[in-house]
Amino acid sequence: MSRDKIRRFENSIALSLCTLATFFGLFWLIFILGDVIVNGIGALNLGLFVNDPAPPGVEGGGLRNAFVGHLMITFFATLIGVPIGLLGGTFLAEYARGSRSARIISVLSDIMVSVPSIVIGTFVYVILVKPVGHFSGWAGAVALAFIMIPVVLRTTEDMLTLIPWSLREAAFALGAPYYKVIVKVVYRGAAAGIFTGVLLSIARVVGETAPLLFTSFNNAFFSVNMNEPVSSLTVTIFQYAMGPYENWHAQAWAASFIITIVILALTIVGRSIISWRYGKR
Amino acid sequence: MSGEIKIEVKGLNFYYSGGIHVLKNITLPVNKNTVTALIGPSGCGKTTFLRCLNRMHDLYPGNRYEGEILMDGKDILDMDVDIIRLRSRVGMVFQKPTPFPMSILENITFGLKLMDIRRSEFVDRVEESLKNAALWDETKDRLQESAYSLSGGQQQRLCIARALAVEPDVILMDEPCSALDPIATARIEDLIAELKRNYTVVIVTHNMQQAARVSEFAGFFMTGELIEFDVTKRIFTAPSNKLTEDYITGRFG
Repeated sequence: MSRDKIRRFENSIALSLCTLATFFGLFWLIFILGDVIVNGIGALNLGLFVNDPAPPGVEGGGLRNAFVGHLMITFFATLIGVPIGLLGGTFLAEYARGSRSARIISVLSDIMVSVPSIVIGTFVYVILVKPVGHFSGWAGAVALAFIMIPVVLRTTEDMLTLIPWSLREAAFALGAPYYKVIVKVVYRGAAAGIFTGVLLSIARVVGETAPLLFTSFNNAFFSVNMNEPVSSLTVTIFQYAMGPYENWHAQAWAASFIITIVILALTIVGRSIISWRYGKR
Repeated sequence: MSGEIKIEVKGLNFYYSGGIHVLKNITLPVNKNTVTALIGPSGCGKTTFLRCLNRMHDLYPGNRYEGEILMDGKDILDMDVDIIRLRSRVGMVFQKPTPFPMSILENITFGLKLMDIRRSEFVDRVEESLKNAALWDETKDRLQESAYSLSGGQQQRLCIARALAVEPDVILMDEPCSALDPIATARIEDLIAELKRNYTVVIVTHNMQQAARVSEFAGFFMTGELIEFDVTKRIFTAPSNKLTEDYITGRFG
């Protein structure tokens, strides 16, 4: 064979391998999503949202406790995680810009992003569950906040770095102190990007199970007390999917469907803000 | 050179962090209500000099000044000078327009909010500064629109208006027309001529015709030194230094 033919042959092999790998990945993705959608929609009903769980083995009942619990945990996780991430990112991009410590913290938070979430769960178990003696919604919120912080911190840092330095100089030249330059000019310019980061960080934690298993655990009853174990959709899915009852399985499907849709929606909104704000320029 | 002196620079040396000596023993007066142009080849230190006058270099660690810059008789390089106050007295317009990511109106009021100015005065101040920057007619019906909706030349006039709104004594301009087309440039030049009635203007420019058109006094910088400082007319018609003559006749730079 000539060199030219060999080259073409190699090329077609590489191309078919790549295509094959893509379709292999896509196949499972569509399979999983399709499964969740078909089974989830089939199991949806109003009772799911308004009823609390029925005793094991009894038909009916819903997941009101898990929906409310999940919202509470996510809400407080956001409340704890976003301000810390935002201020941390501001420190890195503004006050510590270009310094050695800023680079080290950036790298560390990149590592934090990829720490297995169960490790964070066990860590929070040790600091917030063991000393107190019981599981609590707060522990769950803190665990999720730990996962959010590096995500919000890095997006904030990146978005603030994108704001041209000349804009800050212009504000300084008008006699603005640094904190006002940051709050009034830099945040303003980076608002869409930071908001997107927050949305994506919520999407990141809303589907987490592992960090909640050791922290907020689960609660078969409706509870809005964050000092008690609080039920969440993901832990409920874990428990119900392993359970022996047919209606548990159906409710687990419905919960999976709803969580998937929420994450999908958050991600789509986040991405479209990015392309709307940063894509055109 | 008669007239009241606004800024008197005496033996100014400036070092960037790492000890790089960029301004060497600069001494020059800036007369009140005049336009003083700083000319010279790229990298000669004219922008660095300009940024000494509002202590912009203090934003970056390791920079060092030596000498005196007397503004109304007071040395602004003193340790106890309030830089925030200094910058509100010495406005600056940059090479590229730098509108803030907010409405036209908010761009102007940004500086006002930093000072103790009553909100009731805002409306008048906004109108006055936009008029002084020759931008009022184009923007009076669209003050709530984003500043980015303006053209490049309008954005630069907005930046001038923004600087004027806080009523500074001195306005520093760092090649304010270099990013603009000839028509926008002409408008800004007309504006500069108007500004000197109320303000003292120091302008850095690469364009020698511009320096000749707008300024009364001119300083020629080269490799960090002030080669010659004189009335603009004399600099351009009868320079006393060979280097100045070579530069303005286009033999280098």
